[in-house]
Amino acid sequence: MKTYKVIGVSLVLLLSATLGAFAEDKPTDPQIAHIAYTAGVIDIDTAKLALSKSKNKVVVGFAQSMVNDHQAVNDQALALVKKLGVTPEDNATSQSLVKDADKKRAELAKLDGNAFDRAYVENEIAYHKHVNGALKNLLIPSAQNTELKSFLQTGLKLFQGHEQHAEHVAAAQK
Amino acid sequence: MTVLVLDRRGLLLGGAAAALAAGTRVRAENGTVRVTIENLAFVPAEMEVKVGDTIERVNKDPIAHTATVNGRWEVMIPAGATATRVVEAGDGVEYYCRFHPNMTGRIVIRG
Repeated sequence: MKTYKVIGVSLVLLLSATLGAFAEDKPTDPQIAHIAYTAGVIDIDTAKLALSKSKNKVVVGFAQSMVNDHQAVNDQALALVKKLGVTPEDNATSQSLVKDADKKRAELAKLDGNAFDRAYVENEIAYHKHVNGALKNLLIPSAQNTELKSFLQTGLKLFQGHEQHAEHVAAAQK
Repeated sequence: MTVLVLDRRGLLLGGAAAALAAGTRVRAENGTVRVTIENLAFVPAEMEVKVGDTIERVNKDPIAHTATVNGRWEVMIPAGATATRVVEAGDGVEYYCRFHPNMTGRIVIRG
């Protein structure tokens, strides 16, 4: 009888801990909007570094298309949140994305020539992969508003496209 | 009576949209076939044309796209713009967007 009680209590504790963690991890729409916008700004800033450093025509072309695409999509995102009356809210995920990107950008800034070009493109592949995972597994499933959800789905296609574009550029560098 | 006609037209339009969404191969009419680019997709993704037909690509996205066949040809379609290309012999191929390679389309040439 005693044993049953202990198992029962453990199960309840385990269940509430799991649900609690899930509720904490699941971002709200204002947080999701902030994360998606921040992810775009980060890629624009890294691309601007590439535009100032690289002399490789293909790398420069890639970086310019990152600036153009993410700027256009972030403008759309701002128009959407305004329409929906959602105020983007800063959060731990956005902050950690920015912190990691600042660190990576500082590393890239120390490189030049081919070493920079390769590291920039490799980082673009890894970064887009990382954001794709977050969009697919966390942001899209968590989004409550259907328009925001559909916007994120298009965003995922964009990030997946950029990842493949970066892979093509990396293949051409070899 | 008018309402009935409108309803029918509405149903017909609905049918055409469903066919496009399902990826049905589209044929050129009056020598031109239109491909709409929206939300990073070529619609229709597959078309059947004759040499000399014109393919018109209308980009409704706020970002630039291309229709590219490596080593052969590339059509640049800036944001919100329309670009055309006349079909040449040997154009029965798959093409993709160089900026977003997950966007693909296919041209089939009919004899």
